[in-house]
Amino acid sequence: MPSDSTQRPVVTQALHFGAEAARQDAAHMGMWVFLASEVMLFTGLFTAYALYRLAYPEVFLHGREHMEVTLGTVNTYVLITSSVFVALGIAFIRRGREWGAGMWFAGAVLLGLTFLTIKGVEYAHHIRDGALPGAHYDFDGFAVPGANLYFTLYWVMTGVHAVHVAVGVSVLSVLVFRTFGGAFGVAYHTPLELGGMYWHLVDLIWLFLWPLLYLV
Amino acid sequence: MSSAADAEPAVPAEDYLHAERGPWSWLTTHDHKRIGVMFLASLLLMFLLGGGYALALRMELLTPGETVMGRLAYNRAFTLHGVIMVWLFLIPSIPSSFGNFLLPLMVGARDVAFPRLNLASFYLYVLGAVMTLWAILQGGVDTGWTFYTPFSTATGTDVLPVLLGVFVVGFSTIFTGLNFIATVHTMRAPGMGWMRLPLFVWAIYGTAIIQVLATPVLGMVLVLVALERVAGVGFFDPARGGDPLLYQHLFWFYSHPAVYIMILPGMGVISEMVPAFSRKNPFSYRVLVWSTAGIAFVGFLTWGHHMFVSGQSTFGSGAFSILSMLVAIFTALKIFTWLSTMYRGSIWVNAPFTYVLGFIFLLFFGGMSGVAVAVTSTDIHWHDTYFVVAHFHFIMVGASLMAFLGALHYWFPKMFGRRYPESLGVGAAVLIIFGFIATFLPQFLLGNMGMPRRYADYPEHFQPLHVASTAGASLLGFGFVIVAVYLGWSLRHGAVAGRDPWGSRGYEWLSDSPPPEFNFHEPPTFPDRPHDYAEREDRPEVGHAL
Ligand code: HEM
Ligand SMILES: [Cu+2]
Repeated sequence: MPSDSTQRPVVTQALHFGAEAARQDAAHMGMWVFLASEVMLFTGLFTAYALYRLAYPEVFLHGREHMEVTLGTVNTYVLITSSVFVALGIAFIRRGREWGAGMWFAGAVLLGLTFLTIKGVEYAHHIRDGALPGAHYDFDGFAVPGANLYFTLYWVMTGVHAVHVAVGVSVLSVLVFRTFGGAFGVAYHTPLELGGMYWHLVDLIWLFLWPLLYLV
Repeated sequence: MSSAADAEPAVPAEDYLHAERGPWSWLTTHDHKRIGVMFLASLLLMFLLGGGYALALRMELLTPGETVMGRLAYNRAFTLHGVIMVWLFLIPSIPSSFGNFLLPLMVGARDVAFPRLNLASFYLYVLGAVMTLWAILQGGVDTGWTFYTPFSTATGTDVLPVLLGVFVVGFSTIFTGLNFIATVHTMRAPGMGWMRLPLFVWAIYGTAIIQVLATPVLGMVLVLVALERVAGVGFFDPARGGDPLLYQHLFWFYSHPAVYIMILPGMGVISEMVPAFSRKNPFSYRVLVWSTAGIAFVGFLTWGHHMFVSGQSTFGSGAFSILSMLVAIFTALKIFTWLSTMYRGSIWVNAPFTYVLGFIFLLFFGGMSGVAVAVTSTDIHWHDTYFVVAHFHFIMVGASLMAFLGALHYWFPKMFGRRYPESLGVGAAVLIIFGFIATFLPQFLLGNMGMPRRYADYPEHFQPLHVASTAGASLLGFGFVIVAVYLGWSLRHGAVAGRDPWGSRGYEWLSDSPPPEFNFHEPPTFPDRPHDYAEREDRPEVGHAL
């Protein structure tokens, strides 16, 4: 920053007239608003799901027979557990137990990676069957009109979700390193809380995708 | 506030323009005022580019048959005109520039809640704009700014960079909105309750909610179109079982509220200027606030009026028709409140106020034509004709752009500490308003006679009206050139403005013009209600004449 060499009295941060508490409020508020906008992002996909389910009720009834319910269900438990880990991590940091908090968050990262791995296994099976989206659909076991749309929805919805999981894993990993580096404690742990909120949302969205695609 | 006092520099800071020097200090700044100014400069550049395409279109339509360009070129020109004007100019215009500059000043904060996110938002905007402009270099796109499927997934032109560019600009919009919401909620000066927020802040706040809730839907639908192009996913392709109507629903679910992203901030600007130049308290602060909320809310429920002829159910069309008219009621409430504020005020007609008058007239006209197209039976006649083109230009250009120009003149002294030549300003404003009417009024008539939109050619007997429209467009363009010249000149040579050249009671004028780096030298207090002109006699230094 070349400006630091000037004579001007240097104010390092654009502090607000309010106190640190106001800035933490702002951070939480901002995260809530961001999560609301994320929900709207998925709303478009849920709308498409509803529309095509109405248009092809038979397809959606039989579509789930071609899903690996066990893997999907295991993944649901994996994500829920990871959310619990994150919550525990935050409870720990609030009491000043930095090492414990870091461990819980690291556990959540591992579970996030497990989720992605299991998802990858499922994708591999679909690819083997030729159950690819749209134009590339080539699955003989399920070749009725509209079947490709079911798989298109499946790929796009879980794909967008998986991107979110990947982003969440990266965010949590950074937080783990910073926690072990001593960046957070009782007095200051806003980033952990924000990361946690994001992770809960990713979990929550899966809790909608799982019944829609695997169960009903 | 001891922490704030500690950080306060010992000597008074210089104004924000001179606090740090050099281009690098601008490109890395976290100061909302500088970011606002950078947005302003980029937006004006985009406006220039979009305006260039507009003139090219009007040239082509001067005579029937091919005048200056072929048909594919025409399709590309109107697409880029629309894409640039809507996505790169109008949607970010007032919030990202004036909103950024003024919101913290008006609520007594040092900056927005997330200054770094604010800068990121600017760079996202630049990135999106560059991606879109890159498509122009690749030869352009011919889908229209709405990217309707199935054409947009099938055309051979380079739609992908434009889709992704708009997607990226959308994120810029979301982050700006998010920042504003958090700022209004958590950064208000002590003692500033919700019912003491300046009306412009309310308008920006309402806009921010739409930005945050509607834009992600647009983002998703753009991603789906992109996927459809590269992977043929089939969502919108009937041949694969998909439904092109789904695209229209999702697109207008965003894009109708988006028209309120364009117009609500403009209404906020007008609500600031009407009391200031009538020297009267707003006739009803509460009506202005609640109608803002009403418009923001109902705006989400009207998208189906773009699909009356698409084959949606008759019941759906009827419902959307009625809901659309609700918007007109809230708009009318605002118009009546402004007029009642002016009534028996001591009105000062200067350049910003000329734009106020233009705004109110054109919004009224555009709004009434909106009600007309919201009636299902008449819309079947007017759909996809120049009537609709005239309608939305009255709202988007006539109202939003007037508000933008008004804001530019009203806050120019605040932003740059200098005044512009007032008489030139009034003259240019009158020229622009008349140029505008001459451009778009004939289009209502053309549309009613059956001239379809987006056509490069037309039968002989439409020519007189097209000539009138093109002549109006030239006047309009000339008006903008005058504004650009004198504002550019005033940046350096204008008279020094002083703290509050308009005698306005808006909170932003309590700080210096231009404001110091962190907005105020000490934590501000706002003793009066916003827009309180009841005791204007106390301020003899403010006269009407210049
Ligand atoms: C007073 C309330 C308004 C009503 C009742 C209204 C109604 C309508 C209707 C029914 C249409 C569809 C016409 C058709 O497709 O044939 C339309 C089109 C349009 N309106 Fe409005 N409108 C209103 C305000 C606005 C505002 C404030 C803006 C922008 C700032 C706007 C921008 C547009 C645009 C861009 C279109 C063209 C869509 C296209 O490309 O087909 N409208 N309006
Ligand atoms: Cu609309």
